[in-house]
Amino acid sequence: MNKIIEKEFITSDLFRMKVEAPEIARKRKAGQFIILIVDEKGERIPLTIADADSDAGWIALVAQIVGKTTKVLSLLEVGDSIRDLAGPLGKPTHIEKYGRVVVIGGGVGIAPAHPIAQAMKEGGNTVISILGGRTKELVIMEEEMKAASDTVIITTDDGSYGNKGFVTDALQKLIDDGVFINLVVAVGPPIMMKFVSKLTKKYEIETIVSLNTIMVDGTGMCGCCRVSVGGETKFVCVDGPEFDGHKVDFDEMMKRIQMYKPQEKEAMDRFLSE
Amino acid sequence: MDDKNLTPKERLKIPPQEMPEQDPAERINNVDEVPYGYTEELARMEADRCLQCKNKPCIKGCPVEIDIPEFIKAIAEGNFRESVRIIKETNILPAICGRVCPQEEQCQRYCIVGKSHKSVEKAVQIGKLERFVADWEMKNGEAERPEIRKSTGKKVAVVGSGPAGLTVAAEVRREGHDVTVFEALHKPGGVLIYGIPEFRLPKAIVMEEVENLKKMGVEVRYNSVIGKIFSIDELFEKGYDAVFVGTGAGLPNFLNLPGENLNGVYSANEYLTRANLMQAYSFPETDTPTANSRNVAVFGGGNVAMDSARTALRLGAENVYLVYRRSRKEMPARVEEVEHADAEGVQFLLLQNPVNLIGDEDGWIKQVECIKMELGEPDDSGRRRPIPIEGSEFRIDIDTCIIAIGNSSNPLIPDTTPDIETNRWGNIVTDDETMKTSKKGVFAGGDIVLGAATVILAMGQGRKAAVAINEYLETGQW
Ligand SMILES: Cc1cc2nc3c(=O)[nH]c(=O)nc-3n(C[C@H](O)[C@H](O)[C@H](O)COP(=O)(O)OP(=O)(O)OC[C@H]3O[C@@H](n4cnc5c(N)ncnc54)[C@H](O)[C@@H]3O)c2cc1C
Ligand SMILES: Cc1cc2nc3c(=O)[nH]c(=O)nc-3n(C[C@H](O)[C@H](O)[C@H](O)COP(=O)(O)OP(=O)(O)OC[C@H]3O[C@@H](n4cnc5c(N)ncnc54)[C@H](O)[C@@H]3O)c2cc1C
Ligand code: SF4
Ligand code: SF4
Ligand code: FES
Repeated sequence: MNKIIEKEFITSDLFRMKVEAPEIARKRKAGQFIILIVDEKGERIPLTIADADSDAGWIALVAQIVGKTTKVLSLLEVGDSIRDLAGPLGKPTHIEKYGRVVVIGGGVGIAPAHPIAQAMKEGGNTVISILGGRTKELVIMEEEMKAASDTVIITTDDGSYGNKGFVTDALQKLIDDGVFINLVVAVGPPIMMKFVSKLTKKYEIETIVSLNTIMVDGTGMCGCCRVSVGGETKFVCVDGPEFDGHKVDFDEMMKRIQMYKPQEKEAMDRFLSE
Repeated sequence: MDDKNLTPKERLKIPPQEMPEQDPAERINNVDEVPYGYTEELARMEADRCLQCKNKPCIKGCPVEIDIPEFIKAIAEGNFRESVRIIKETNILPAICGRVCPQEEQCQRYCIVGKSHKSVEKAVQIGKLERFVADWEMKNGEAERPEIRKSTGKKVAVVGSGPAGLTVAAEVRREGHDVTVFEALHKPGGVLIYGIPEFRLPKAIVMEEVENLKKMGVEVRYNSVIGKIFSIDELFEKGYDAVFVGTGAGLPNFLNLPGENLNGVYSANEYLTRANLMQAYSFPETDTPTANSRNVAVFGGGNVAMDSARTALRLGAENVYLVYRRSRKEMPARVEEVEHADAEGVQFLLLQNPVNLIGDEDGWIKQVECIKMELGEPDDSGRRRPIPIEGSEFRIDIDTCIIAIGNSSNPLIPDTTPDIETNRWGNIVTDDETMKTSKKGVFAGGDIVLGAATVILAMGQGRKAAVAINEYLETGQW
């Protein structure tokens, strides 16, 4: 049981929680995630560790309400507990001194991008962060990202904040402006990561993406999270979640994460009608 | 009946007692256990079949060397409590082993009664008797718990709560050492909970055995993936004096066929974990979904394949095909499992092998292409090698496919503890008798050492390790 010690809604379907988890807080590194079960009948869902304080013993999670489990989680209050929480899972982000690193966060992907930006900065890199959202309120954690970056660029699809356009437009502009980029790290919706990778491939800029496949155990036991990377099958939970964006078969992955759409809808409708 | 007066001849005349079981047409609509178990009368009748052989040949077939004739004698005399006590001297999980041991290859294979009838199937039904007394104990009050020695102040970490880990925990705790079991998942039991289905091994039994361990003072910590939350070295730093690694063989093998990552294609581990551990049987009562399948193909011929096929039927599939590349005789699954699957309507496609998985434009599996096989010369395993018949390819329409061709060892611990030696299959290398690994203070056993094996072999190794751990803690000698 892990107690919730803070909770706030960032938008109506995006929330942030601080959860007591002293051992995970001490151990976790950028890029890692946890798997939680909300209650007795709950499913296991992965969420990235968006932040942590090893002295105070908490980790922060940022989740978007997309279905039943994230909805139920969002309804828990400070003082309530999460039934099961396992982590830190996955391999940490490989941090070294690359030079100039562009960290791209799309929507809720800004949360997992944050510890990566922090670690890259601590690792002696110049960090340019690009934060993208459909609209202004979906651009989250701007202050935290500013603290972790040398420069922050903001884009919104509708132009309600920052530059109008996609994160790829902002990246293209950096390239066109002649900014030399050693590494791109992209975290966000698969479609965004796909297009970022496509763009950087053209310019041969090394690119890391963090994948969000469906998972069950998160320990390499079931193979549910598998993806094709460079023609080889990899398990996102133990081999990843970060991979070379130029080698990931995004189309296959995007189909796989749709696999339970009808059942997910059934679960959500049922929950909402109760 | 006066048992004592039966002559061996009369005993040999008693036919093996069948366990009553649920009707196949009925049971595919529920997940309740298939055989109901013996009644007292049936159990005592079966126990009367045992000849009480002086040299006890059956014992050598049991990896934990239960005193089989003695426990059977106690049943014949109606002294069930004594019978369980005898079994528990060497086997702490009789309700589980009685159900899932491949008895026909172990204890019952050596039984003189079976030999006299020239049929293993007619051997004394040792496993069923074991199950009977274990169930009797659970039904009749508190299970007897072994006495725990005075606290030694020593601490042992057990990694993994499968049969190997549970055995070690019990046997080390008895000696008065503190034991903490670290389990990656949110429930204990390993394959007993996530793999073997409810209809073969009710989960309540596993949970009860773990409760008994807790009552003995064993601490169980769930959601603790060792190698991630703590490394083995960190366990020593935290004050543990010895570590047992029983992390199993939970890495699913795939066939490397084209189309293997299509939607609707599962490893047996995933399929069974969704159904058992996550209770997808009850979706949407519970939150974890699984495929809504109509036509399912299962690849493989072992227990895991049978469990997957029978689970698919219970989840509502109309056609379940079991595709196996040799003939029925070569199937590694227990005979009883194959018979149960057959009776329930699993369709066996023997001497056939999948070669290609074909998807639709949305990325869903829609067909499997198979090729027919014939049996050639025996291979290393002594089984005749299947050879594809050229040009015999054909396709079956399916919407779900379950790959049940075995598991490899879980690499998490070896990856994060390079000073633990592994062999080329990734299994941890240990001393055969003490289960010591190449790293001081670390022991290992079960599937992580044996590769995918059996519950009782895992327990057997757990016992050996426990003896060695107790000795190590006493003498400090490695
Ligand atoms: C390594 C990793 C890190 C992640 N980090 C975050 C994060 O920080 N914040 C965040 O909001 N989301 C994150 N996700 C995605 C998050 O796990 C899913 O949104 C969540 O599981 C949805 O559950 P649900 O019941 O609310 O929705 P559902 O109705 O079950 O599903 C909605 C969609 O979520 C995805 N999904 C469903 N079940 C799972 C599952 N068991 N595992 C993974 N994805 C699933 C599918 O694409 C599905 O279509 C991460 C995923 C992974 C793999
Ligand atoms: C579907 C299926 C059916 C089977 N049927 C039979 C049968 O009928 N009869 C029979 O005798 N055998 C059967 N077996 C085989 C038998 O279940 C195994 O041989 C046995 O369970 C092995 O025991 P174990 O303790 O070594 O490991 P497991 O039972 O695999 O348990 C290992 C445990 O360790 C945990 N773990 C793994 N890594 C870590 C980590 N890093 N940190 C913490 N915990 C970790 C796992 O979550 C798991 O709980 C079957 C196997 C399967 C898959
Ligand atoms: S534990 Fe298994 S092998 Fe041993 S007597 Fe019981 S059924 Fe037979
Ligand atoms: S071999 Fe068979 S008959 Fe003989 S003691 Fe063992 S169980 Fe009884
Ligand atoms: S989630 Fe099961 S193997 Fe990755």
